[in-house]
Amino acid sequence: MLGLILRRLGAAWITVVVVAVVVFVGVEVMPGDACTAMLGRDAARIEVLENCRDRMGLNRPPVERFNAWAGDLAQGDLGVSMKRERPIVDIVGPRLRNTLILAFAAALAGVPLAIGLGVMVALRRERPFDIIVSTTALVAMTMPEFVVAALLILIFAIWLGWSSGVVTAAYDAPALTLLFATPLPAVTLALVYMAHILRMVRSSVIDTAGADYILMARMKGVPERQIVRRHLLPNAILPTIPVIGLTLAWLLSGVVIVESAFNYPGLGRLAVNAVADRDLPLVQATALIFGLIYVSMTLIADLLAMALNPRLRTRRL
Amino acid sequence: MSGAPILRAVLSQPSGAIGITLVVGHVMLAVLSPLVLPHDPIAQSADLMLQMPSLSHPFGTDRLGRDILSRVMLGGREAMLIATLATLVAMVWGTVVGIFLALIGGRIDTYIMRIVDALSSIPGILIVMIFVAALGVGATALIPILGCSYGLSVVYIARAAALDFVARDFVLAAQARGEARATILIREILPNVRDTLAVQGAMQWSWLMLGITSLSFLGLGVAPPTPDWGLMIADARGVMPTAPWAVLWPMAMLSTLIVGVNLATDSFAKALGVDRQMGVRAA
Repeated sequence: MLGLILRRLGAAWITVVVVAVVVFVGVEVMPGDACTAMLGRDAARIEVLENCRDRMGLNRPPVERFNAWAGDLAQGDLGVSMKRERPIVDIVGPRLRNTLILAFAAALAGVPLAIGLGVMVALRRERPFDIIVSTTALVAMTMPEFVVAALLILIFAIWLGWSSGVVTAAYDAPALTLLFATPLPAVTLALVYMAHILRMVRSSVIDTAGADYILMARMKGVPERQIVRRHLLPNAILPTIPVIGLTLAWLLSGVVIVESAFNYPGLGRLAVNAVADRDLPLVQATALIFGLIYVSMTLIADLLAMALNPRLRTRRL
Repeated sequence: MSGAPILRAVLSQPSGAIGITLVVGHVMLAVLSPLVLPHDPIAQSADLMLQMPSLSHPFGTDRLGRDILSRVMLGGREAMLIATLATLVAMVWGTVVGIFLALIGGRIDTYIMRIVDALSSIPGILIVMIFVAALGVGATALIPILGCSYGLSVVYIARAAALDFVARDFVLAAQARGEARATILIREILPNVRDTLAVQGAMQWSWLMLGITSLSFLGLGVAPPTPDWGLMIADARGVMPTAPWAVLWPMAMLSTLIVGVNLATDSFAKALGVDRQMGVRAA
């Protein structure tokens, strides 16, 4: 058991290293470097370019620079943003907080609702209620986040006037202000989460309802309510919990779109701005952080799966 | 089953018929629209800014006075072209690598899959953004970039599908005959995984459409003044209170296309007897 957990941790660590290498090499193999990207047309002037490269330490060999970069990373130093000329940690910190607030709020609202709805729908399988909800979920799953976002702004901000359409709060505003001044970003993200999780829960409940022990319980005359509560739901819901974790991790990149659509001051919008500014160190740092969040979420999901399902504890990873 | 019977099986399902109709309609519109454009899609006019839908401009005009109907008709062309080519790139390299890994197995397979795992852990859109940031690319460079990053999920599918066959007798026989791995891949494995890959290809295409329009929405994809649904939605967001039609039409077009592709793919998967993995989209 301990060995399994250690092995899983090792795999996560390898993933982190590969992500770091990819983020570094991805920029390295391309024509130009951080300085030519940032300077644009000014890069034609050799002395400006050389000056910039000296300042960024780009004249050293790649391996040496990777070691320096990785060493700094290990100490929590993400480097310096070229455009903003400030330590990236200071820029990223509050925005990472905002993104986590957004994602947690969406998950906190979306996951229980999705599980509840998924169960209700599964128990009324193929009836009008199920068909309406499942189809809506399928459509919500296939729509790009920015279409959902624009639609919600149009309906709730413009036609109904319930809230403002874009976030106007500053990046260092208190958490509650960020969430409640404009709940639409969290609602958009929650809707996308819900669609995926609802369909998963629905099929899990339907699968479990066909199991022999459910038939057995029904045959020996257990009341239907008790079958659902004692026999069906625990067996149907528990295995979905780790999968829900994985789904949330997969849907992480949706944050990039949702934040941009609502002007929400989080990590995703920072990444987009960094790309627009061609600020390569900042782009690398944000990509790395997204990778780290993903790796930790999948790690938690896997460990959770092992904790909830004894059968997984004996299997080799 | 092949060809006509499959199509008949797809069209006999209501969702398949709707899906095929939507997709065929969109493709025909994209191909034929330059011939029947009512207005110049990029001609700006200060007199015509944000006009309500009218007889001469049935879908209204945008904030630069451009005819929305003409723009909406053309708005999927570039994205669909990029998605098609990038899907080809993704399917080809993903299939070749995936099947090879299944054939080779052992340590090389394990190590390369670890790398693929790690690469897949960076959200696809961020990989693309790193490259866009470094290259400042336009639409043409998006094809290899998107093709490479979206091909990662093809590797999983192709490898998993091929693993069902690598230990079968006909593959072992081919190996015993001394056939090259490439020959085994093409002659023995590929015909058996074709259906699975076809369904995967259709899903890749719809994910890529989502990815490209999302990138365009962020200003990192199709470059203006080319009409594009993602760009149009981004552009019209500011004028939504006065001109909701400017954002509704491109949204309707994009939605019908994506829903159509998904319905058609579902029905094809059912007709082919392929278990469509309810994968989460890669972007």
